Amino acid sequence: MVKRSVIPFGPQHPVLPEPIHLDLVVEDERIVEAIPSIGFVHRGLESLIEKRDFNQMTYVVERTCGICSFQHGMGYCETVEKIFDVEIPRRAKFLRTIWAEMSRMHSHLLWAGLLADAFGYENLFYQCWRIREKVLDLQEMTSGGRVIFSVNKVGGVIKDMDADMLKAILETIKDVEKELKVIKKTFFDDYSVKSRLKGVGILTPEQINALGAVGPMARASGVENDMRRLGYAAYSEIDFEPVVSNDCDCYARCYVRIMEIFQSIDIIRQAIAKIPDESDLSVPIKGNPNGEAFVRLEQPRGEAFYYVKANGKPNLQRMRVRTPTFANVLALCEMLKNTEVADVGLLVVTIDPCISCTER
Amino acid sequence: MANITRSPWLLHYDGSSCNGCDIEVLACLTPVYDAERFGIVNTGDPMQADIFLITGGVNEQNIPVVKQLYEQMPEPKVVVAVGVCACTGGVFKDCYNIIGGADQAIPVDIYVPGCAARPQAIIDGIVKAIGLFQERLENSEKESDKVG
Repeated sequence: MVKRSVIPFGPQHPVLPEPIHLDLVVEDERIVEAIPSIGFVHRGLESLIEKRDFNQMTYVVERTCGICSFQHGMGYCETVEKIFDVEIPRRAKFLRTIWAEMSRMHSHLLWAGLLADAFGYENLFYQCWRIREKVLDLQEMTSGGRVIFSVNKVGGVIKDMDADMLKAILETIKDVEKELKVIKKTFFDDYSVKSRLKGVGILTPEQINALGAVGPMARASGVENDMRRLGYAAYSEIDFEPVVSNDCDCYARCYVRIMEIFQSIDIIRQAIAKIPDESDLSVPIKGNPNGEAFVRLEQPRGEAFYYVKANGKPNLQRMRVRTPTFANVLALCEMLKNTEVADVGLLVVTIDPCISCTER
Repeated sequence: MANITRSPWLLHYDGSSCNGCDIEVLACLTPVYDAERFGIVNTGDPMQADIFLITGGVNEQNIPVVKQLYEQMPEPKVVVAVGVCACTGGVFKDCYNIIGGADQAIPVDIYVPGCAARPQAIIDGIVKAIGLFQERLENSEKESDKVG
C-alpha cells in the first residue's frame, strides 16, 4: 500500500503568472487526484452593473482579462447591439475582426513563450516574447493601448485605421510570419521539446465532449469547435478552416496554437483586402436597452458566452460571462490524473489558463 | 548603485488583477525592455526576494497570501504597486470583494500608475525600488554596526 500525501500547488508558483491553487493528491510521484480551489482573482465584476450604466460597462468588461481584453469588449458590445437590434457599419465589423485576430496572435505567442518557460527552454521563451512585441506595437499604433485597447463601444468602434496603418500592419505581419517559421521548426521538430510534449496529458475526444472543454483544447483532440464559424463581426465574409489535430496530447495543443497564429495572419490579410472604405464607424444608439440576448464568440482560449438582460433602465439587470478557462479547468483536473508531479507545471500551462477571466 | 554587493531579486505576485499588468511585468523581463540589465533577477521564491511587485486591488481571499509573501521576504524589502488597481483599486474600486489597493494589505513604497501600466513606467518603478533598497540596506548595515 503506497502512502498518499497532498502537495499544495500555488497560489504563488514560479510557473504561474496568475494565482490558482491545486491540491495534488499523490502516491509516490504519481498524481491520483487534483482538487482545484479558485477565488484569488474574483473581483465581482458582474456586480458593477448596479453602479455603472451600460456604456460604461464596456470599459469594465474589457478589464475582465488583460490578454483577451479586446474580445471581451467586443462580445459585450455585440450582445447589447443584439438587444438594440442594430447592425454596425461594415467597416467597424472588419476593424473588430482585425483587432480580434491581433489579440489572438499576441495571446498565442505569449502562451508559446510560457510553455517554453514551463519546460525550461528559456531561449525559446524570450524569442516568442520578442516576436510578440511586434504585434503589441501594432496594437499600440492602431488603438493607443498595448494590452487594453478600449476601442469598442456599443454601436461600433471609436478609432479607425487609415491606409498607412493598414500598410504597416501588412508589413509587420509579414515579418512576424517569417520569424515564426523559424520558431515553428523548434516547437515541432526539436528533440527535447518533442520528448517533453509528446504523449503527455492525453485527453480523448470523448473526455472533451463529456467535460465540455473548448477552444484549442478541444481542437487538439479532434473536436472541431470554432465559434468564429458562427460569423460574428466580419468572420462570415472570411474564408478559413479551424486548425484541428488528432494527437490529443500537449504536442497537439502546441501545434494547434502555433498554426492558429499563421491562420490569424491569413485572416488579417483577408480582412485588410476586403475592408470597405466608409467614413461611419458607429451607428447612433438611442435610449436604453430593453430585453435579453446572448452571444458566443471564439476567444484565444476558446468559446466565451455573454448574456445580458436589461429592462429599459441605464443600468443592466444582469450581465454574465462564461469564459473558456472555466470550461477547461475540469479537463485539466482530469488530465492531471496519473501524471508525474514534474509535469504539473507544464500541464497547467498547456490549457492556457486565464484565471482572471475565470473568476472575474 | 555601484556599491550594492548583490543583485536585488524580484518577486511578482498577481493580487487579483485583470492580468494586463502581469503580462506587462513579464514583458519588462523579456528582451525588448529587459529589466534584468539593472542587475535584478526574477525569482519565484519570496524567501530570496528583495523587491515585491504586486498588481491588482487584492481581494479578501488574497489578503493572507499577499501578507504571507510579504512576511516571508527578508529585510530590507521594497514593495512596488504596479497598475492603478494596486494603487487605489482602479476600475474595480466599487466591487464588493476588492479592498482597494495593495497598501490596504501591506506597506507599499512605490506606486506605478497606468491601466495597464506601461513597461517603461514599470521599469522606472523598479529602478526607484533599487535605489530605495540600497538606501535601506545601508541603513540596516549602520544599525547592525551600532549594535556590533
